[in-house]
Amino acid sequence: MSILVYIDSADGKIKKSALEVITYGADLAKIKNEKLVGVVIGSCSEDLSQLGNYGLQEVYWINKGETRVSAQDTDANALCELAEQLQATTLLFSHSLNGKLLAPLTSTRLKAGLVTGVIELPTIAQGITVKKSVFSGKAYASIEIKSSRCVLTINPNSTSIKEIGGSAIVTESNIQVPASKIKSKSVQKTAGELSLTEATTVVSAGRGLKGPENWGMVEELATTLHAALACSRPVADAHWRPHHEHVGQTGIAIAPNLYIAIGISGAIQHLAGVNRSKVIVVINKDPEAPFFKAADYGIVGDAFEVVPKITAAIKNLKVN
Amino acid sequence: MKILVCISKTPDTTAKIAFTDNNTKFDTTGVQWIVNPWDEWFALVRAIELKEANPAATLHLITVGESDADPIIRKALALGGDEAFRINAVATDGQFVAEQIAAFAKNGNYDLLLTGKETIDHNGSAMGGILAGLLDYPYISLATKLDIQNNQAIVTREIEGGEEVCEAPLPLVISAQKGMAEARIPNMRGIMAARTKPLHVLEPVSTNILTTIKEYHLPSAKSGVKLIPADQPEELVRLLHEEAKVI
Repeated sequence: MSILVYIDSADGKIKKSALEVITYGADLAKIKNEKLVGVVIGSCSEDLSQLGNYGLQEVYWINKGETRVSAQDTDANALCELAEQLQATTLLFSHSLNGKLLAPLTSTRLKAGLVTGVIELPTIAQGITVKKSVFSGKAYASIEIKSSRCVLTINPNSTSIKEIGGSAIVTESNIQVPASKIKSKSVQKTAGELSLTEATTVVSAGRGLKGPENWGMVEELATTLHAALACSRPVADAHWRPHHEHVGQTGIAIAPNLYIAIGISGAIQHLAGVNRSKVIVVINKDPEAPFFKAADYGIVGDAFEVVPKITAAIKNLKVN
Repeated sequence: MKILVCISKTPDTTAKIAFTDNNTKFDTTGVQWIVNPWDEWFALVRAIELKEANPAATLHLITVGESDADPIIRKALALGGDEAFRINAVATDGQFVAEQIAAFAKNGNYDLLLTGKETIDHNGSAMGGILAGLLDYPYISLATKLDIQNNQAIVTREIEGGEEVCEAPLPLVISAQKGMAEARIPNMRGIMAARTKPLHVLEPVSTNILTTIKEYHLPSAKSGVKLIPADQPEELVRLLHEEAKVI
């Protein structure tokens, strides 16, 4: 009996969210007294035995020689075959792009109960009960899974990575990924940017900035904090910023440790995408901005004066 | 070409979220219902555009729900679509919904099955993938563009750190997100036409339900915002460092 973790990678590098899922799996393996096994599909430039440091006992490597840009639908077939081989009781994915693709395909083939976007360890009684965020971050639901096997996707930033020391046994698997009917034609990269859903700090700005030419100070604050950049919907719709930075109901939903909102009023549609952030800072010149009600810290003031001073104070803090 | 768009009924974005029956049921008192925005703005509108470009195409809508979903499916029909189908059952989870739609679509010869990337109430992102798994069709998740050329779908999907353009044969299941299309508002002609479009009610197939919601919880209320004077931004930085410990 084992727990199988799908190890998400991008460009041959293991993602931070994958390490979070391994930590989640290690804690769950302890509770269930089962073995924790990982699987990597496609080429990877990292030393996989190092994943033992996060609690993996074994890593299976499928299609080791194949360079690929992203997961494909037929990866699910290979995952199911491995799950059967290992008699896996639980399959864990990150609630990431690849996880959202593969988890439902895998659960369907295995006839396993699926819960996506899980935020904490399950309680295990007769069945297994997990907690997930619902209503776009406005509530949580505890969901019981009745099948003996289950598939979970774990929300990024909901588990703190733990290093426990150790080394994993890496085995090249002879399982083959069947060819997908979907053929990749071209790939366009948005180079070098931090992944918005994985970032622990996010700096976001809205219409209060008056125009795209004023983003320099936002970028400087983000760089100082090693933060990802985000924006509100009107800003993306006006093409001041690219659409992939849009957070909110119809954009990306994020849950960083720190979310700094500059010149964003905080409409309910925006809050739906950011309300799971652990700490929210709002900077707005309008004291009536609804965002202050959802914030932990706030400054009522002119962003053009306040933001550069905050950046300077953070630089100062880092020097000392 | 035959297109099937999956439609969910969800509470309006601004609806008050509260629960009844010992926190086991969503409190629907005073709640306005809408077509799930991801289904409407992206999956449905793109399907309508494809039909406008190819008037010979057939566009069907399907939902799983009880009779209170009828106004929602009519709202969707007011935007476009030829006929709608409602599977008469409570949509308990993504798997149940996918099983119902798969049973319906199995013999329907649909070339394209479109869903929104998730619903704004359950936030599952699962139904499209389960549907593809059940029908054994290829699946593209989180698509931002879709075109049909020579009976092939040309689809752009979001991948880590960028986008990928892929080509897939039909039939195909796609989950749609922002970028697919621009939201539309139904016009009076569409609303009138929707009243007389066929809405077929079908009974559900029996299926194993694998997950049940035991309880809902509301997040603990924020203790209130701590306001820092605009001339003391270094105090904010100190609090974030020492009190919140996030920088």
